[in-house]
Amino acid sequence: MKRAGFDTLSLPVLLLLPQLVIIAVFFYWPTIVALQSSFYLQDPFGFGSTFVGLQNYADLFSSREYRKIAWFTVTFSILVTFFSLAIALVLAVKADKVLRGAKTYRTLLMWVYAVAPPVAGFIAVIMFNQSWGPLTEFFGLFGHTYMVGVNFNDTAFAMILASVWKQVPVNFIFFLSGLQSIPRSVREAAMIDNRSATSRFWDVTFPLLAPTGFFLLIINITYSLFDTFGIVDTVVKGEPGNNPMTLVYKVYVDGFRGNDLGGSSAQSVILMVLVLALTIFQFRLIERRIHYT
Amino acid sequence: MPRIKLAGVAAALAMSAPAYAQTEIELWHAMGGALGETVNQIAEDFNASQDDVVLTPVFKGTYEETLTAGIAAFRAGEQPNIIQVFDAGAATVIGAEGATIPVQDLLADNGVAFDIEDYISGVRYFYADSDGKMIGMPFNSSSPIMYYNVDALEAAGVTPPATWEEFQETTAPALAEAGYIPLAQSHLPWIFTENFMSRHNLPFATNNNGYDGLDTQILVNNDAIKAHFTAVTEWQERGYFEWYGTGWGDNQTPFEEGKVAIWLGSSGSFGGLAQKDLGFDFSATYLPYWEAVTTEPKQTFIGGAALFAMSGKSDEENAATAKFFDYLASTETQVFWHKETGYVPITEAAYAAAKAEGYYEEQPAAEVGIQQLSLDAGDNTRGYRMGFYVQIRDVMNREYGRILTGETSVDDAFATIEEEANQLLARFAQTQG
Repeated sequence: MKRAGFDTLSLPVLLLLPQLVIIAVFFYWPTIVALQSSFYLQDPFGFGSTFVGLQNYADLFSSREYRKIAWFTVTFSILVTFFSLAIALVLAVKADKVLRGAKTYRTLLMWVYAVAPPVAGFIAVIMFNQSWGPLTEFFGLFGHTYMVGVNFNDTAFAMILASVWKQVPVNFIFFLSGLQSIPRSVREAAMIDNRSATSRFWDVTFPLLAPTGFFLLIINITYSLFDTFGIVDTVVKGEPGNNPMTLVYKVYVDGFRGNDLGGSSAQSVILMVLVLALTIFQFRLIERRIHYT
Repeated sequence: MPRIKLAGVAAALAMSAPAYAQTEIELWHAMGGALGETVNQIAEDFNASQDDVVLTPVFKGTYEETLTAGIAAFRAGEQPNIIQVFDAGAATVIGAEGATIPVQDLLADNGVAFDIEDYISGVRYFYADSDGKMIGMPFNSSSPIMYYNVDALEAAGVTPPATWEEFQETTAPALAEAGYIPLAQSHLPWIFTENFMSRHNLPFATNNNGYDGLDTQILVNNDAIKAHFTAVTEWQERGYFEWYGTGWGDNQTPFEEGKVAIWLGSSGSFGGLAQKDLGFDFSATYLPYWEAVTTEPKQTFIGGAALFAMSGKSDEENAATAKFFDYLASTETQVFWHKETGYVPITEAAYAAAKAEGYYEEQPAAEVGIQQLSLDAGDNTRGYRMGFYVQIRDVMNREYGRILTGETSVDDAFATIEEEANQLLARFAQTQG
């Protein structure tokens, strides 16, 4: 057995170079710049700047508002991730059983995948329009005056609903293909052993879906933390006011609206550390308990 | 071959005749939709009016996006000649002294006559430095005024209130009785804070409202404004006032739908209102004031935005920019801009010309903003200059929203605004160090 390989070092390095350059330019360099500017307070035009050490971080951690936003982000992410996965799983399990018209049914469920987050947010804004939104009227039937943009919880609900709605199709596609890759023989064997469909699902199907589920869990947490930006922005119409916002949106509000480069860099660094910790946690603790076939 | 020859000849011609070369300058602005078309029209007319300069207007999104784009471009050395910066961004752009050329210097250096007294009193000093030198050229200027549904007020048998006392004792109860929501407004920091201070001649910040230094402290936590917000929450409870969120349009729509009888909006809003088929007559008048606070209400100051000439450009291009500013401030252009958009004309001459045309007989609401900006001035009516003001407004919006949804009390909210605004001001001072 001859090991395939390169004779010299220069060729593989050369071949890797484009990828390395891209990573360096688009990932490492901005990271270093963000880290550096998080220790300064600087004039946006670049004239004056003061080295402030860890003051930007201290200001954030001592800010009641920042903690509130962080808390909201955690709640928001858990809810969006949970409901996106749960609803998609139910739909996938049901769609898997459909025999007639299966293709049409599946295509219709995947459709929403093509909707961009700001558009999803815009649809939510229309559905929850204060004077004529259909969902506002629906809640009105139950005696609740739904006020998106006024009431914190109403606005948060609209954001969560739009985010879940937008994400379900992606999860659905993955869950469905995961279900279809479970061998027929395994399912038939399970059917002989166990008559209860519910316990068959939890004992056999669910563990076999775990690799897909784990992958989707990471994707969905990232989605709810970062990609929901467009939805948040559209629902609050660019003016956060007393409405809920996520940490990523706060980075934008302070950095791009308010030109506070130091403060907003410090927030990016905090987010970076958070994602790093989350990823390590997921791979170290959760992935060990998952068996890939 | 002949083609190459021709090209050669053309090149030679171009080189031998630099006098005919046109100077190209760029303007970055935040005027979308119909306003953007009017900006394009002004640029076209300016380009057609002379042969030396070609101005290209570029729409850059919202005010915040335009400023951020300008900053990024400046840092990369790719800045436009002119950038539009809004009121809340004034401290940022004026604080960075090397970033712009004061418009007064630019005009003087290029032989354009300039007299600050030509400008309408409320417009003059907002974008000026502490010595009163004009840094940014006021462009789209507006002030908050009070619009009212004429039919609603007639039905209720009341006249537009001059004071808030009159509103809460007479106007609001009658309007509520007649089935209307008496009052809504579209911008709490602008209308109920910044211009509240100006109308009542109250100091908004230390250091002469922030114009004279960076170690400024906000003076928003005062009894007059807290009493105002306490009254607003009482009106809300009694059904005299409704708040539809932080968004501008969400508060304007119920007025347009005829549900709300009195709406506080921008003097620039009348054009849009006039174009719509509202199904009722509307008119406008001055912003009310509290008689308990002052018996001599003052002028308000301008909102909107100004044009700044960015530095780092050649003398030739700066001369071209000066030429455009001269054209923009001309009576003809100002009258056109005023009538097309509803923004106030920035010079006394343009105001007089519009008046002479009989424009205000057709559109009385169009004059209210200018008249209010021309009321008596006081020590605190010039404007304000505070850094990170976009975030300070965000803090106000957040706390006001919480007051009006019952999540916080007026006292706590103003204490929070004061604390956070002062932190932001201190942080801004450090960025300038």
